Amino acid sequence: MDFSQGFGLIILIIGQCLLITVSVLLSLAFLMYADRKIWAAVQMRKGPNVVGAFGLLQSFADFLKYLFKEIVIPAGSDKVVFLLAPLITFVLSLVAWSVIPFNEGWVLTDINIGILFIFAVAGLEVYGVIMGGWASNSKYPFLGSLRSAAQMISYEVSIGFIIVGILISTGSLNLSKIVLAQDGSYGIFSWYWLPHFPMVILFFISALAETNRPPFDLPEAEAELVAGFQVEYSSTPFLLFMIGELMTVVLMCALISILFFGGWLSPIPFIPDGVLWLILKILIIFFIFSMVKAIVPRFRYDQLMRLGWKVFLPMSLAWVVIVATLAQFGISGYVRW
Amino acid sequence: MNKIDWRRAFDYLLLKDFIRGFKLGFKYFFKSKATINYPYEKGPISSRFRGEHALRCYPNGEERCIACKLCEAICPAQAITIDAGPRQVDGSRRTIRYDIDMTKCIYCGLCQEACPVDAIVEGPNFEYATETREELFYNKEKLMENGRKWEHLLAENIKLDKSFR
Repeated sequence: MDFSQGFGLIILIIGQCLLITVSVLLSLAFLMYADRKIWAAVQMRKGPNVVGAFGLLQSFADFLKYLFKEIVIPAGSDKVVFLLAPLITFVLSLVAWSVIPFNEGWVLTDINIGILFIFAVAGLEVYGVIMGGWASNSKYPFLGSLRSAAQMISYEVSIGFIIVGILISTGSLNLSKIVLAQDGSYGIFSWYWLPHFPMVILFFISALAETNRPPFDLPEAEAELVAGFQVEYSSTPFLLFMIGELMTVVLMCALISILFFGGWLSPIPFIPDGVLWLILKILIIFFIFSMVKAIVPRFRYDQLMRLGWKVFLPMSLAWVVIVATLAQFGISGYVRW
Repeated sequence: MNKIDWRRAFDYLLLKDFIRGFKLGFKYFFKSKATINYPYEKGPISSRFRGEHALRCYPNGEERCIACKLCEAICPAQAITIDAGPRQVDGSRRTIRYDIDMTKCIYCGLCQEACPVDAIVEGPNFEYATETREELFYNKEKLMENGRKWEHLLAENIKLDKSFR
């Protein structure tokens, strides 16, 4: 069969889509389990340990439970928007994976504005939360979604500026090219985390805020808002919200490892590169994400806003200027094109 | 304008608190778990534990309770109901009805304190959840059965408790 054109090409694209979707969702089940286990371990609990060996199949049990529960739709809610919101969150977080390069050439759509695409999709994800909060026609979800909108927008600004710094160094918006630009003779030390060091931490914290993870989980702050925008959701729509959220977290892990830690490149020059390195990097960053969830208390809303607008924004903006200046004078590490 | 606390700002900027928290979290990550795997593992129980009630008997099989109604009188939740009467065999004073409403009981232990013959006691059993409310209305038969079932532990616990009195 000819896979380069016509019907064959469609089959090939659908096959690739399915491969990415299935592998991402399957790994998500175990990442969810890992997340809960790590959280439990820090609190000296055992975590899920009943379903399957060591509780490994817990996520699948939860999945079935969510699937078989009744979907409760509040009488006063806007039914179409109410059901559309989790779908938007889920689909958008899945769509963003289409431009993530897993290895050299292992990318579904190698568009030359990949990073912009992810940025746009991540920005659209606010809509899932806002629509969910609004359509619930209830106070807590509404407040939660308002908070979420303000939070995600504020941190997207600083994420944007951090990405601009990377783009100046790379000279390309293509994610594969960003990874290849980090391929140097020093292995781990030629990646962008070293020249762009403070921005790694800034990006990490912004990613926490962007994905509504603790300590920035104000939209669903259970102490104040019960569960924020998810209050009225049950069963499958809730499941979609949860999967969507976690998928965004993993996407952010992947993005950090691609932008700052050289994607699929190996940290030691003479060891071959490969997709396993990307997976390892994602797992390490995901571990830190989970640890942060366990150790950091939730921010107050004004602290969140102050951090976003008065600390992160000036810092990332200044960094863009610094990187631009250094790149102009051709300092190596800041210019790779 | 407020004076800036530079030291605090510096610590804040270097994420000092965060790094300390992370270290602590990492230390706890490898600590042994405090969880008890409940239905399979159980925590230790004191000999003075106040759980499910039981009516005890003497070793020769004679029931201890003499229907003095002290437990009924002292029960702050009024969970105990006793009717006294002569026993048919020998005409001695015994209970013809001894009910405890376990849904009313507050497990204060006053009944076993009041009992002059150590007949009503609260045993070490706390796993007697039922599916219906009616099953928790204990009668004399049920309480006597509990006494027979837990006697070895109850006697031991009373012996251990002697030194504290």
